[in-house]
Amino acid sequence: MTDTQPDIQAPDLPAEDSGLILPRRSFLRGAGTLTLSAAAVAMLAGCENAAAGSSASVADISILNTALGAELEAIAAYQVGAESGLLRKPVLDLAVQFQGHHKEHADVLAKTVRSLGGRPVDAKKAYDFPVDQLKSQNDVLGFAAGLEKGAVSAYLGAVPLFQNRDLAKAAASILGDEAMHWAVLRNALGQNPVPVAFVS
Amino acid sequence: MPARRPPFGAAGGGPRKGAADRARAALRRSWAGPLAAAVIIAAMFPAQAAAAPDPARGKQIYDRCLACHAVAHDRVGPRHCGLKGRQAGGLPGFEYSDAMRATGFTWNNQTLDRFLADPLGVVPGTTMTYDGIKDARERRDLVAYLLSLPPCGGR
Repeated sequence: MTDTQPDIQAPDLPAEDSGLILPRRSFLRGAGTLTLSAAAVAMLAGCENAAAGSSASVADISILNTALGAELEAIAAYQVGAESGLLRKPVLDLAVQFQGHHKEHADVLAKTVRSLGGRPVDAKKAYDFPVDQLKSQNDVLGFAAGLEKGAVSAYLGAVPLFQNRDLAKAAASILGDEAMHWAVLRNALGQNPVPVAFVS
Repeated sequence: MPARRPPFGAAGGGPRKGAADRARAALRRSWAGPLAAAVIIAAMFPAQAAAAPDPARGKQIYDRCLACHAVAHDRVGPRHCGLKGRQAGGLPGFEYSDAMRATGFTWNNQTLDRFLADPLGVVPGTTMTYDGIKDARERRDLVAYLLSLPPCGGR
């Protein structure tokens, strides 16, 4: 699947003024009721039974740590967006909620790495985001949408690599959450929220 | 009262059906030669029949990399500006895996195509824990885009 929409877009009108006010606001309010499945968290956290120190778990730790690094960066990116002053309610609430999801992902990924005998990667002291390109709410939403789309692809590319099938299932659960983020952000931008039948 | 027209696809009477059959047969004859030639040519020259690498399409495929990479900034993965001709693991300031530093790769068409098809298979121990771009055409377009990126400015 290739999406023809660029990642950072600056439409002429801000999202609230683009003629889709009621449908999108309703959509955003509805999205606020969605949360990451607690079962998915339990799936990851329940992997203590995996053979810590085995070659399989070493490989899985590497995958989990790469995912953790990306989640920590996503948390920082949403923080930049939330503090930019460019996001207005209800979009701001949505960004904070999505950041909360990424924090949940990161927490459980770190716990799982530890349970497998590994050391979770730390957040970087500083991240290099293209803040000079973020001048409007839609710029921030477009940037976030690009990160979420990339996250969907990253998890899709990680799922088949896990030695432990429970971890693969849990990663697929996170993938689903990232895909919802991507769709809601696209909708907030006035784009088709689900442009294709398959993700890649 | 006008005669009722037959529904689509239904036989409309002897003479009309015969004319339609003759038209379809003529159409088949007119296309048969060129189609057969095209199939034979494509089979004889598969490489020539394949589309040229398309960096614009590769840029769209690059969206899949955006969770970990950016063109101008180091992220979970290294930045991609100036990738053409760069030594694998050779970007100053980025913390590569030992496995990546040990490859001895120089990034070009061949090395990128090979690596992106199966990162962990080609470089066991890489932290690029991604299954790979399995479609050869997508990979060719992505590589064309990556190799088209300009040098990193001011870094």
